[in-house]
Amino acid sequence: MSRPLCRAALLAAVALSVIASTPRTGRGVDVVGVWGGDELEGFRAMVSPWEERTGHTVSFAGTRDLSAVLTARVEGGRPPDVAILPNPGMMTDLASRGKLVPIDSLLDMERLRREHSSAWLDLGTVEGRLYGLFVKADSKGTVWYSPEVFAEREWEVPGTWDEMIALSDRIAGSGLHPWSVALESGEASGWPGTDWIAEILLHESGPEAYDRWVRHEIPWTDERVKSAWEKFGVVVHTPGYVPGGAAGALATGFVDGSYLPFMSPPRAAMYYLGAFTRGFIAEQFPGLEPGKGFSFFSFPAIDPRWSGAVTGGANVVVAFRDTPEVRSFLSYLSSPEAQQRWVRRGGFTAVNRAVSLDAYPDPLARRAARQLTEAVIFRFDADDSMPPSVQKAFWEGILSYLQDPGSLDRILAGIEARAREAYR
Amino acid sequence: MGRGRPLLPWLWLLPAIVLIGAFYVYPIVETLRLSVMNAGASDFVGPDNYRHVFTDAASRTALLNNLLWLSLFTSLSTGMGLLLALLTGRVRYGAAAKAAVFIPMAISFTAAAVIWRFVYAYRPGGFPQVGLLNALVTGAGLEPVAWLVEREIPYTAAALPAPLQTNNFALLVVGVWMWTGFAMVVFAAGLKGISQDLLDAARVDGAGEWQIFRRITLPLMQPTIVVVATTLVIQALKKFDIVWVMTAGNFGTEVVATLMFKEMFNYRHFGRAAALAVVLMAALFPLMVFTVRRLVGGRDEGGQG
Repeated sequence: MSRPLCRAALLAAVALSVIASTPRTGRGVDVVGVWGGDELEGFRAMVSPWEERTGHTVSFAGTRDLSAVLTARVEGGRPPDVAILPNPGMMTDLASRGKLVPIDSLLDMERLRREHSSAWLDLGTVEGRLYGLFVKADSKGTVWYSPEVFAEREWEVPGTWDEMIALSDRIAGSGLHPWSVALESGEASGWPGTDWIAEILLHESGPEAYDRWVRHEIPWTDERVKSAWEKFGVVVHTPGYVPGGAAGALATGFVDGSYLPFMSPPRAAMYYLGAFTRGFIAEQFPGLEPGKGFSFFSFPAIDPRWSGAVTGGANVVVAFRDTPEVRSFLSYLSSPEAQQRWVRRGGFTAVNRAVSLDAYPDPLARRAARQLTEAVIFRFDADDSMPPSVQKAFWEGILSYLQDPGSLDRILAGIEARAREAYR
Repeated sequence: MGRGRPLLPWLWLLPAIVLIGAFYVYPIVETLRLSVMNAGASDFVGPDNYRHVFTDAASRTALLNNLLWLSLFTSLSTGMGLLLALLTGRVRYGAAAKAAVFIPMAISFTAAAVIWRFVYAYRPGGFPQVGLLNALVTGAGLEPVAWLVEREIPYTAAALPAPLQTNNFALLVVGVWMWTGFAMVVFAAGLKGISQDLLDAARVDGAGEWQIFRRITLPLMQPTIVVVATTLVIQALKKFDIVWVMTAGNFGTEVVATLMFKEMFNYRHFGRAAALAVVLMAALFPLMVFTVRRLVGGRDEGGQG
């Protein structure tokens, strides 16, 4: 670049950043989040009635690197009005640093308590004040299968882990692989396996052990953690269970893996992954009717005390400023009316109990919603709630375990070493 | 012109000194400092990070893999480059062949790695194979191979500190595919520099082609070979792109550069990342000195001639 051109480019960049950082003077709500594309469209459709009614506008800035953007804006004294965070870890961090406005001071708490199960309000509470409002929840307790194939071969949906393993043996005996397991996800490879471990641990050892594990109050070498890995190991390491064995699971992409039970003839019988898997299946097999051609059963009970427990994810809405617009916007956002509009698009669940199940597009989506709104025990997806370094070590640990099941103790000790550094 | 202290030259040098200071000297000093600090760079930990680098299983795998890259990637790319330069110089369609071998060099490394991911793509047996290699393998009636997932080569575990994996070779092939073209082009230019008279004289004296290669071409090409090999050794030591895109260092394919990235950005352990960087820099340093000496020496010779 020639020097004058360089200087011009620099000037332009400075000018642009000045324009971008000028506070908005118009009345409205400034929201940051991670959405783009389809998800953003859904959000826009949901807020448009509020914009029409009040005359305010919602400006949404989506970024993949939300934590960096938020840190910069909060530290720079220019926080957004509202942020929609992908997990509650950031909410806790911001709230305990005094950067958030408690939502209980902005909204009608009586209505919120009436419309939300206490499990969800507790999740949004930090040091006795409500800071987070959960939206767009997604269950991770779903095992996908083909009801048609199951009916044809007279297989029954298992209710317990032991039944599920017995069924797996039966299916393997009939010449079909009972499981599709697919862990490939580029740099994030391994994460689908961490969902297995989290779901097993919650069902086997209960929510208290789960919380202590996530908070690193029990070590990774604890018997309960190890037992969850070994149960996952039964699925991936039993010969004949997974097409291509452990190598197949490692080399198959997590989206591709969801297709196997629905191909004709089927290449596997079951696939465990969160409720969002529905989208992959529906897109690949548009001819399959939800609930008939493809469906899910809830992750089976291991210890009957914790049956009906479920892990999942959700976005959490937090507020940085208290303005009349923010109050009005959050009040609308939390209302059954807004939530109903939102979930009609399918693919996720409103945690607001007042949202009618009729709002969901089909019976399958209704069942996925009930799994969450009626959950006695709900826990956030474990690896998303852990420090990033531990999360990455967890993913890598899954890959190592598939390659070398004999080294489980060494793998868990390795994650434990990372955790000791991270939680210090 | 005054005969006082020559201040002016320093003034002219100032911009260069400032830039080199800011972009070379300061980062190196800071990296050295970080490498003896803890994860958050708040406390002095002495040689702990270096001890970790040489004892931890993951970093030992990375160091070993870098040695593998160093030896095989350098020798294969150099050897094949030389061979191709010699052969393409002798046939009419040489230019086309050269272009074909050189094209990978023109593709971005990340794009090339993505292309090769498709070549190695794996589906379990009985599925339609989308990967080129597995389509061939299953076409021949064999079981598909998960090329990028660890596959231990028998007996290597006993002979080496860690077993060799086929997937490392799958990645090496990509590296060689990309860099052979570079070696070939440089060698072809070097070959052009050998005087035809010399070769003709040798032929008149009754030298065979092999003798000409051994006694004339190779000695005269030696400086070129050293330059190419040095470049490739540096490439091998700092290899990152291929490994990162194709396996992300998983399945035992970690190299020092990918591990350094992970320690820094995934695990937020600044100390270990810096220690790895220092180890890598220490390994590269003798090569740098050697290369710079050659460059400076070469200019002197040119000046005399």
